[in-house]
Amino acid sequence: MGAPQPNRLFARLLRLPPLLWLGAFFLLPFLVTLKISLSEPATAIPPYLPVLEWDGGLDGWSSFLESLNFTNYLTLARDDLYRAALLGSLAYAGAATAILVLIGTPIAYALARAPQRWQPLLVALVVVPFWTSFLIRIYAWIAILKQEGLLNLALLKLGVIAHPLVILNTDAAVMIGLVYAYLPFMVLPLYAVMNRLDPTLPEAAADLGAGPARVFWSVTLPLSLPGIAAGAGLCFIPMVGEFVIPDLLGGSETLMLGRVLWSEFFSNRDWPLAAAVAVLLLAIVIGPVMLFRDSLRADGEGA
Amino acid sequence: MSGLTRTVLWLGLGFLYAPILVLVVYSFNASSLVTVWGGFSTRWYGALFADAPLIAAAWVSLRVAVLASLVATTLGTLAALALERHGRFRGRAGFTALIYGPMVMPEVMIGLSLLLLFIGVGLDRGVVTIVIAHATFCTGFVAVVVSARLRGLDRYLEEAAADLGAGPLRVLGTVTLPLLAPAIAAGALLAFTLSLDDLVIASFVSGPGATTLPMRLYSQVRLGVNPEINAASTLLVGLVSTAVLAASWLTARRGG
Repeated sequence: MGAPQPNRLFARLLRLPPLLWLGAFFLLPFLVTLKISLSEPATAIPPYLPVLEWDGGLDGWSSFLESLNFTNYLTLARDDLYRAALLGSLAYAGAATAILVLIGTPIAYALARAPQRWQPLLVALVVVPFWTSFLIRIYAWIAILKQEGLLNLALLKLGVIAHPLVILNTDAAVMIGLVYAYLPFMVLPLYAVMNRLDPTLPEAAADLGAGPARVFWSVTLPLSLPGIAAGAGLCFIPMVGEFVIPDLLGGSETLMLGRVLWSEFFSNRDWPLAAAVAVLLLAIVIGPVMLFRDSLRADGEGA
Repeated sequence: MSGLTRTVLWLGLGFLYAPILVLVVYSFNASSLVTVWGGFSTRWYGALFADAPLIAAAWVSLRVAVLASLVATTLGTLAALALERHGRFRGRAGFTALIYGPMVMPEVMIGLSLLLLFIGVGLDRGVVTIVIAHATFCTGFVAVVVSARLRGLDRYLEEAAADLGAGPLRVLGTVTLPLLAPAIAAGALLAFTLSLDDLVIASFVSGPGATTLPMRLYSQVRLGVNPEINAASTLLVGLVSTAVLAASWLTARRGG
């Protein structure tokens, strides 16, 4: 075995800082969370038991393993609140993803069919809100949706309704917020796929006598399915853990895992249970993340 | 453009921009009632600059964003170089998962797990812990931007420099990094923007005396709509849009 070549050594040195940093601040915290999710809450600081003694050696580890308990996960499985939060997260994220597919597809299609010289500007217009403060974009909807808000004001003036609608702090407001906040995540990957489609295929279908609707349904849409899948993954994954939207736009009965974790942590100070919710959340998103790994990365490259 | 295409585009962009426009318009409203128009006024901007806790929070956010984007840009650039230029190594899949993982993890989970770590090792919470947390989740975004540019970069320039006897460090410093500069700047701007915008992760890992702007805004927003927040939001939206447009200009200029 010779000494490593200078290039090999150099490559290792390049990798070392990100490896150490993310090992220490991404991987290690996850292991700590996993460990704490398997411990009991206590009225001490830090408020959980047992604490692993890092210098306890093998004996320390074995006594630690004996003291692990799955109480928190059993609580999650048995308690109605957590079951409702789990189902709520999946239902809100699932329904919002479906709506996003329905309204994102025509927008992406219209973008892809817009004149070539306008497309960079139009795409930039879709991207800018995506980077604009999330909190502020959600906050803006409060002024629109509340009882004396702009939407009710407009509908009353137009005579569409006789009494103001209650929208804020309902499921409808949460859905509007989710769809609004994640629309760029759906439109951009879908546009990327539609834009790359071979334009001769729809033309051929049209030449063979298919109308515009038929061309869209039997040629463009099937060829765009990878983009729809990527967009759905990009929306669904972060929506499952969403906190700000259910908290600001939802009512007290809007239960989602991110919000339950937050209140478990900040209000109830039950850290082990909050850690168990975090692990559960990870378990839910890891499947879609692996499934969409390639398309997620592909989208990242396009951005 | 057909009529239908145009209608769909207008509706889509209208949906995206209407709420932001509402905020901007009402930030210039003289009335303190948020949905009643009382004439044009800049009084809320005046109130904003007299709001000491808000200004303090803005400074904390700015400091955090500068430091976090510096760290994230360094780490993300190194990771991109390692993956794109020295990409064949054992554990590549694990390395990739480590770099890009924080981008897809739920924010509540990153925040909670980092906090549990900080408490476990006895690190006092404050600006430093927020910087660490933000650098951690921004690194992947920088790596994405820099990798994309590296993939489009002509390798022959680097190979020519190496053939002429430059060591790997010299090639990096005199050829690769200068060519990458626009992408690195774009990545830094994105990291800066992401850090400036984060509420959830910062709320978990911050301590007394380190309230960021989103944290301050969030506590105000929970109390209801208020014209001063509209003014703050307008400024922030303006700042971030400028940063994003600058970033896309930087990447577009050199075909990145």
